[in-house]
Amino acid sequence: MTLASTTAPVASRAWLRPGPFALTLPALLLLTLLFMLPLVRLFSLSFTGGFGWYEKALTGGLYTVILYRTFEIAGIVTFFSFVIGYPVAFLLATTTPKWRAIGFAFVMLPLWTSVLVRTYAWMVLLGRNGIINRMLIDSGLLDTPLSLLNSRLAVILGMVHVMLPFMILPIYSALTRIDPDLPTAARGLGASALRILTTIYLPLSLRGIVAGVTLVFVVSLGFYITPALLGGGKVMMYAMVIEQQVREFLAWNFAGALSVILLAVTLVMFWLLNQGVARHLRD
Amino acid sequence: MSNDRASTSPQQSGRLQVDAASKRFGHVAALSDVSLSVAAGEFVTILGPSGSGKTTLLKVIAGFEIADQGRVLIDQADITELDPAQRNIGMVFQNYALFPHMSVARNIAYPLAMRGTPKAEIATRVKQALDMVELGGMAERLPKQLSGGQQQRVALARATVFQPRLLLLDEPFGALDRKLREQMQIEVRRLQRRLGLTTLFITHDQEEALVMSDRIAVMDKGRVLQVGPPNEIYEAPANPFVADFIGESNIFAGVVEADGGNLLRVRLEQGPVIEVAGRADLAAHRGQRVRVMVRPERFVDLAADQNSVWANRIDGRVTDSAYIGVSDKYRVVTAEGIDVLMRLPSGPSSRRYSAGEAIAAGFHAADARLIAVQ
Amino acid sequence: MSGPGRRRGAGAGRILLRFVCGLIFAFLMLPLVVLFPISFSSGSYLRFPPPGFSLRWYARYFDDPTWIDATWRSLQVGTATTVLALLIGIPLAFGLARGRFRGRSVIENGISAPIIVPHIVISIAIYGLFSKLGLIGEWYGIAVAHTVLALPFVVIVLLSGLRDFDTSLELAARGLGAGPFEAARTVTLPILAPSVYSAAFLAFITSFDELVVAMFISGANMTLPKKMFDSIMSEIEPTVAAVSAMQIVLISALLLLGTWLRRPVTAPLVR
Repeated sequence: MTLASTTAPVASRAWLRPGPFALTLPALLLLTLLFMLPLVRLFSLSFTGGFGWYEKALTGGLYTVILYRTFEIAGIVTFFSFVIGYPVAFLLATTTPKWRAIGFAFVMLPLWTSVLVRTYAWMVLLGRNGIINRMLIDSGLLDTPLSLLNSRLAVILGMVHVMLPFMILPIYSALTRIDPDLPTAARGLGASALRILTTIYLPLSLRGIVAGVTLVFVVSLGFYITPALLGGGKVMMYAMVIEQQVREFLAWNFAGALSVILLAVTLVMFWLLNQGVARHLRD
Repeated sequence: MSNDRASTSPQQSGRLQVDAASKRFGHVAALSDVSLSVAAGEFVTILGPSGSGKTTLLKVIAGFEIADQGRVLIDQADITELDPAQRNIGMVFQNYALFPHMSVARNIAYPLAMRGTPKAEIATRVKQALDMVELGGMAERLPKQLSGGQQQRVALARATVFQPRLLLLDEPFGALDRKLREQMQIEVRRLQRRLGLTTLFITHDQEEALVMSDRIAVMDKGRVLQVGPPNEIYEAPANPFVADFIGESNIFAGVVEADGGNLLRVRLEQGPVIEVAGRADLAAHRGQRVRVMVRPERFVDLAADQNSVWANRIDGRVTDSAYIGVSDKYRVVTAEGIDVLMRLPSGPSSRRYSAGEAIAAGFHAADARLIAVQ
Repeated sequence: MSGPGRRRGAGAGRILLRFVCGLIFAFLMLPLVVLFPISFSSGSYLRFPPPGFSLRWYARYFDDPTWIDATWRSLQVGTATTVLALLIGIPLAFGLARGRFRGRSVIENGISAPIIVPHIVISIAIYGLFSKLGLIGEWYGIAVAHTVLALPFVVIVLLSGLRDFDTSLELAARGLGAGPFEAARTVTLPILAPSVYSAAFLAFITSFDELVVAMFISGANMTLPKKMFDSIMSEIEPTVAAVSAMQIVLISALLLLGTWLRRPVTAPLVR
């Protein structure tokens, strides 16, 4: 055997060398150059001349109203996504494998279809000469078409459609982790269906609910495509204001300030929602 | 026998030597100053509870971890820091670690392919290996299509096909049921003898260790506590841990009253005095606190043997009794409150006691093993 | 396994649940289904029901070089994004799954930041930087920017695959004579292949569907979503319906392929 004794210094005692940290370097480089750096640059623009841009963003009535409205719409979207999403997640988690596969197809196919395509489809559906108006008129229920498009209702409808899978998937995965003996045991102990839902399913799927609610709310806050197309300029959300400031007015400093505010609000909400569940799970 | 081995595969025999190896993970010392040597062709078992460091020792030998201090040598060559791929050590993992995406044949061919063995030779050697473990017809199956015992054999074939200088077995029978496990124990041992492979076997199962090994090394808390042949480990445990971990035992605490020659007189905490054989390697003097072990099967029912002279005698009452085939197991409490576990031979000629009955039993001084001196 | 508990006929609650879910599934599928009849319309504007059947909007798509250019550009950007995201994401996932270094969890959490930070903010930030560097309208600029957005999904999928992976397989390969890269090539990567496919699919879709970043930095060299957006804004005509219908068919085919490869792609994708 030609196994020379390799008595190297102790420092070389690791064949795992190029350490795991080195493997993360390309990603860190990319994120630093194309994520951190641009953001820092943008944010620094907002501070030119003190806090003037923030004063404008936070005291001028228009922008605070839009911020408030953005919150409101995100909240409504989150609420409906939850109310509609929970039964679907529940059904998927408790049905037979065959029906689960079919149900999943109905959830995943829209999820994988681009937001732009889906939003466009809603325009086709909701337009003045759109399918829904057509059907209502043809069936004699209506004489003149409703103006469904370019309304808050259209924006919320479109956003719920986009966000629904993000509510369903985490709740589903939390529900499947519940020991199936628990509800059976509860029923054996005489609990009604409603009590089983409120005492077993809801509390034990809380982690999934919070994950879904957080994701939907936080992403809704920054939504652009759907409100821009379905709101027709009548329903302004914060992301649209930022886009407008940059594209139409080249107001980089102000757009920077608005971006910082949107990001700050997003992160605070993210943190608060996660905090809430952390506390709840400790109890 | 060793001649026979040498003629079949002279290049295989590897002598393993672990020299004062230590390994820490953070604040935990997984190995402290462990030394062990395994002769060529020998089958040595590392026996210890989980967390005793036996797996770490295996990883240090295989090269998956590198010792902080100390050395690992095979045939005098220092492999302490050698890449695992270059160590020529075959290993069977706890869960077999068969590659799920490769057929049985490709699994076994893997180590040969990695060594650049010519295709034709790989084919013949894989076939030989498959025949050796009696899986000739299974070459094209995927691992998940095999039973646990068959997977085990594939793992064994893969670990030996490249004629490693050392075979490591990491609790390989843990997932098998009792019957299959006993069968595999015999098979592995037969294969190991035939190939003359130096083997290090890891287990927490003391029965398995006693059955299979040439020698056993008992580990606890990162240290090797005793190394020796199975009978020595069983009959003459060096310390309380080994005595307690292997087999059933009664451990009595007391003080040495007299230390004449090869015989000690020990006064037990509860009062009675017993005679205990002295140990050349463990001196005990008058006044010292000691611990003494007696195996349950060393007691003899005095009702059945009234002629012999017994150095030690236990009088008590049976509190629990159980029939376990070859013997009867009794829990006996003496008037002084000493709790004793006994196994007396069962059968038509011997008497059975039931709970509450009085019993008298004797044991020789030679069967009282001194295991600790304070 | 059937419903929560017993198998005996479904109760009234369960029937109601199925009915409600049926409605929700209809709501989810409606926008997808509705595009098909529109795309085959012979009418010159969006009308329902379509006055007749024709392939004119498909023909218009294939005859218009701006549509075809945009499609090729999106495919090119999507492919480059996929390759880049995998080249960066695979080592990253390995480092995070296997390493025990300081700051590991910080990196792991930080990597998902592009999911949480609103895309409009990332978009204008990158727009600002790229304007300075003169990268507006360059396809590789879009690809690099899309890689930032795709990386979190790639890493999430690969990490979950790696954490399910039994590392003793890799040790076994090493012990049997494979070097570190040999072991990765012959054992680790083949076993992780389903995760890698999922990650590649996610990265591609992230880029192929992305509008907001492309809107700012693609300039005159439009990607497909940007071309669609402009088309929707300027004229309501069914070419977009034809393009959308083709996309839906393509995605369905890929999803079926994914199911066929025996591993459902269920990781979430935002926007």
